[in-house]
Amino acid sequence: MFATDSAVSAGDKTRGVLARWGIGRARYRVLPGLYSLGSPAQDSPVFVSANYKLSFDVLRGALAGLDAWLLVLNTRGINVWCAAGKGTFGTEELIWRMAVCDLKAVVRHRTMILPQLGAPGVAAHEVAKRTGFRVVYGPARAQDIKAFLKNGMKADRAMRTVDFPAAERLMLTPVELAQALKYFLGYAALAALWFLGFRHGNLGGLLAQVLPILGAVLTGTVLVPALLPWLPPRSFALKGWLAGLLWAAAAAGLWHAKPLVWLGQVLALPALSAFLALNFTGSTTFTSPSGVNREISLFARPMAVSFLAGLALLVAGGL
Amino acid sequence: MRYLKAVATLKIDQGRCTGCGFCLNVCPHEAIALDDEKAAVQDLDACMECGACAKNCPAGAIAVQAGVGCAYAIINGLITGGPPDCGCGEGGKTSCCS
Repeated sequence: MFATDSAVSAGDKTRGVLARWGIGRARYRVLPGLYSLGSPAQDSPVFVSANYKLSFDVLRGALAGLDAWLLVLNTRGINVWCAAGKGTFGTEELIWRMAVCDLKAVVRHRTMILPQLGAPGVAAHEVAKRTGFRVVYGPARAQDIKAFLKNGMKADRAMRTVDFPAAERLMLTPVELAQALKYFLGYAALAALWFLGFRHGNLGGLLAQVLPILGAVLTGTVLVPALLPWLPPRSFALKGWLAGLLWAAAAAGLWHAKPLVWLGQVLALPALSAFLALNFTGSTTFTSPSGVNREISLFARPMAVSFLAGLALLVAGGL
Repeated sequence: MRYLKAVATLKIDQGRCTGCGFCLNVCPHEAIALDDEKAAVQDLDACMECGACAKNCPAGAIAVQAGVGCAYAIINGLITGGPPDCGCGEGGKTSCCS
């Protein structure tokens, strides 16, 4: 058994922010097992969580002033929602972890509180049948836990349902942005070699080549998530394509591109934004896999063809 | 916010439903309601196919094609010919699961 507390330090917060950018994320874990928070006794509540440290910190931070048990499952360092989808935050791991930690000897009651977003992985009736423990699904967000306890362990409508406010959307944008920037920097390095090396320090040419593409990357990864409810199409690819088209129009004005380059931008930039915006479906809490499948079967080929053709024109225009 | 219309695969077999209402508890989008003591799909387009209802139905009355909903995973699956996989987790090269 391990001891923890509800104090999330400045160091924890910094490492949490870095993890959101993908830095050290795969190693950002806590050991699975049973943790005591405060001075829990045999009748203290049991909360179940994932061993992604960001998830663990959010939970213990929300439990300030309470005495509780935290049962941390081995989700391979992945958050509750994604792990439930993969089954690692699941019935089998839960039952096994309860046995390993001898939970039934630690507490006298027979109730465990699981995060609502873990429900896709755990069959409550299975757990009850095999262990005698009742699974209660708590609120979707840890910050509602105290209200949930006060409410007699009942999650009301607002605690159960998930919306997706701008702050939450923006918090999830660094992942895609960091991934996309890696590819962008490779492209920018090649362009820099050409314009600054072989074209003797043509900085204007370099910027005109790479900034429109950087703008399309930011449009797809940050602007579309930020403006999600206000971009009319329901399809994420179309949201991205539309925003990318507006950016392409702005870029044409900003850099007075010649017709060949302009055509390249119109083909490449909206397609790139569309692809990146479609990837954001992975971060939302309202897009169905069937819907994403539909989008991919409709748009994957047109996006790829349009992007590659546009990129070829951009490169040709820059030579 | 709403996603594509009429694509979700959520189906409820009312013949098997016992009306326990557990599915209502686990649905994050209120896609299911009790109608005359039986669970019924009240808002199909709100369903994100997370599968929580089907997994937690003691009567096995709910069917939904639940799965990984991110484009990255689905494209990966199409390329490798396997199931959708975002590569997060043990030995994974990428990490999109924040």
